[in-house]
Amino acid sequence: MNIYLKNGTLIDPLSGRDETLDVLIVDGVIEKVGKSVAADRLFTVVDLKGKIVSPGLIDMHVHLREPGFEHKETIETGCRSAAAGGFTAICCMPNTSPAIDDESVARYVHEKGKSVCDGIVDVHPIAAATKGRKGTELSPIAELVQAGAVGFSDDGSPIASAEIMRRVLEYCSMYDAPVIQHAEEAALTEGGSMNEGFVSTRLGLRGIPPIAEELMVARDLILLQYVRSARYHVAHVSATRTVELIRRAKSEGLNVSCEVTPHHFTLTDAAVESFDTNTKMNPPLRTQEDVMAMKEGLRDGTIDVIATDHAPHTIDEKEVEYTVAPFGIVGLETAIGLSITELVRQKYITMFQLIEKLSTNPRRLLRLPEIVIAEGTPANLTLIDPTMDWTVDIRRFQSKSKNSPFHGRALVGRSIGIINHGKILLTG
Amino acid sequence: MGRMLPISSTWRVRDMGSPKLQGRHLLGLDGISKEDIVMILDTAKSFREVLDRPIKKVPPLQGKTIVNLFFESSTRTRISFELAERRLSADVVNFAASGSSVSKGETLKDTARNIEAMKIDMVVIRHSSPGSAHFLSRVVDANVINAGDGEHEHPTQALLDMYTLREKYGTLEGLRVCIVGDITHSRVARSNIFGLRTMGAEVSVCGPATLIPHDIEALGAKVYHRIEDIIPRVDALNVLRIQLERQQSGLFPSLREYHRYFGVTIDRISKAPKPITILHPGPINRDVEISADVADSEHSVILEQVTNGVAIRMAVLYLLGSTN
Repeated sequence: MNIYLKNGTLIDPLSGRDETLDVLIVDGVIEKVGKSVAADRLFTVVDLKGKIVSPGLIDMHVHLREPGFEHKETIETGCRSAAAGGFTAICCMPNTSPAIDDESVARYVHEKGKSVCDGIVDVHPIAAATKGRKGTELSPIAELVQAGAVGFSDDGSPIASAEIMRRVLEYCSMYDAPVIQHAEEAALTEGGSMNEGFVSTRLGLRGIPPIAEELMVARDLILLQYVRSARYHVAHVSATRTVELIRRAKSEGLNVSCEVTPHHFTLTDAAVESFDTNTKMNPPLRTQEDVMAMKEGLRDGTIDVIATDHAPHTIDEKEVEYTVAPFGIVGLETAIGLSITELVRQKYITMFQLIEKLSTNPRRLLRLPEIVIAEGTPANLTLIDPTMDWTVDIRRFQSKSKNSPFHGRALVGRSIGIINHGKILLTG
Repeated sequence: MGRMLPISSTWRVRDMGSPKLQGRHLLGLDGISKEDIVMILDTAKSFREVLDRPIKKVPPLQGKTIVNLFFESSTRTRISFELAERRLSADVVNFAASGSSVSKGETLKDTARNIEAMKIDMVVIRHSSPGSAHFLSRVVDANVINAGDGEHEHPTQALLDMYTLREKYGTLEGLRVCIVGDITHSRVARSNIFGLRTMGAEVSVCGPATLIPHDIEALGAKVYHRIEDIIPRVDALNVLRIQLERQQSGLFPSLREYHRYFGVTIDRISKAPKPITILHPGPINRDVEISADVADSEHSVILEQVTNGVAIRMAVLYLLGSTN
């Protein structure tokens, strides 16, 4: 299909471009980028005046639930949700059943991604760092890399043993693969449902103190200092001192990166006062001070990536007592809206920086091919309306699950379409 | 005063327009207005009077059905609620299930909806999970009364504590009350802090640092770690039960050490400049958090609390029962 993207504002971090240009795409390849380009053939014209043409966005922290928990989400519904949210690629976490700790499972997930939703969303598995995510034996890391794994993590289960963590860092370093840690010192969080602080004291809910995250990150950074060739990525940072630790480690030249979720830069633990289980996630919503630290970390570049930790659960699973409910919320379809509303509109970061954190940076960390919007390159693009006012309605989610604390929230900005592998999906 | 005068034989509400609480449920004392608390305490006073009469039954909840939904074992709270319900002439059903609803295979929501389908007007719930009463109030139409939700709140206990203190001192304004013991795991402590603060009392807590929750000062409670320091500064001590399982999870060294350093003994309270009132939500561990001689002394209002508890629950049931 031939596509003519007309009058869009092209924001392309790798070429440094931020200007109004037309883009011609022929058979999935960008044929021309320029001002007032003439369409010499039959094109599907998409008028993008006031809209943004961005390199395809990627969410590097998604739980697709397949295999094993297809009642929550499948690779197909997850990809549909990603496409609706403006992502042309997602990374799926290995806490499936069986876990992605074996090349057959990694291949299954990767290949299945190509067969659903016309293959418009690329699915890149993040494989388990240890067998069964048990934290005791290394998973077949080399084989998993071969099968398409782009990173390693026991996400959900922190790697508790310093010895195993050291070996995972060493082994993964041979393949230049990032080790992604769900940083949590489990001895400090047993029975916890929410952030430990004033609100947990008021509600009588057991707390998950920020020190649980900070301690684990501090330990891992000391390991990283010792295993210099490794690459370490902290998943979903939530606490002020975690950001400070990472900031200092980066200034010392360590190979560390991190991500934050939209909910951690938007909501505080005050949201838990309703006992709405859609406010229960791990790491938990923290305080206003922490929210500000996340925004500051994004602004100064300490936080490299925005990732959603998309964690679908059914209504029945969530409509239970707060302490019994599973952790997590869906995130793919609210990520851009929350990021623009909370970060760009409030001037913490520019649209240019936002696109870096949703595309350029995560792709670089995962060693995925760079996306440059230039003649002769494959078109892998996200189209964004940065000023659209809309209201989150869980009933319109493409995800199989609807567990979001943002239902009814007014947001500004959303994706209006994606282009990848010669396919175009317009959602605006 | 004199809002109502329940007389067992010729019962009627004397005031024009029956008193109304702000909400349809009693989920906790966090955020409850002073007016509502006063209304409950005043109403309880009328019912307390009824309890001293030969015929203790009054008719206001005739025709109403109340279920006591107890997911956690409880003797005194359940009996107290049941007595209160029966004395208001309600029809009463008891449901007791131990353990979480999940381990039974049925969710709390399904259990509640099933019971409600049997046409229940009010639900009294005791559950181990904080927020379970809030949750219930969202999924059923009946009035919900929280009889203890995990470590969150136990509003009727705090109301009866406040009632007992108000009877003794005439007012709660400026009254100095210290809650002693395991504050972290206590719903009684939380409800008392919320209620007493709203009523203008001065609240402090005293216990081992490991059993005092994070940021408790922000709730308006001053923290003490030496019982000797607090005794000269208070009018009343509300002594909480200390549970052995907290020792097993590493929160304090031994019951002996606890008693030696935090136990409320005659020796200690006799050093106070004026007599101290001792409350305890029960059941008491004699010679652990409280010595036997204190529990049985003239300082103790523990048995009055139990009687007042029935009157408080009658008041809450009556006031909520008239919101439908």
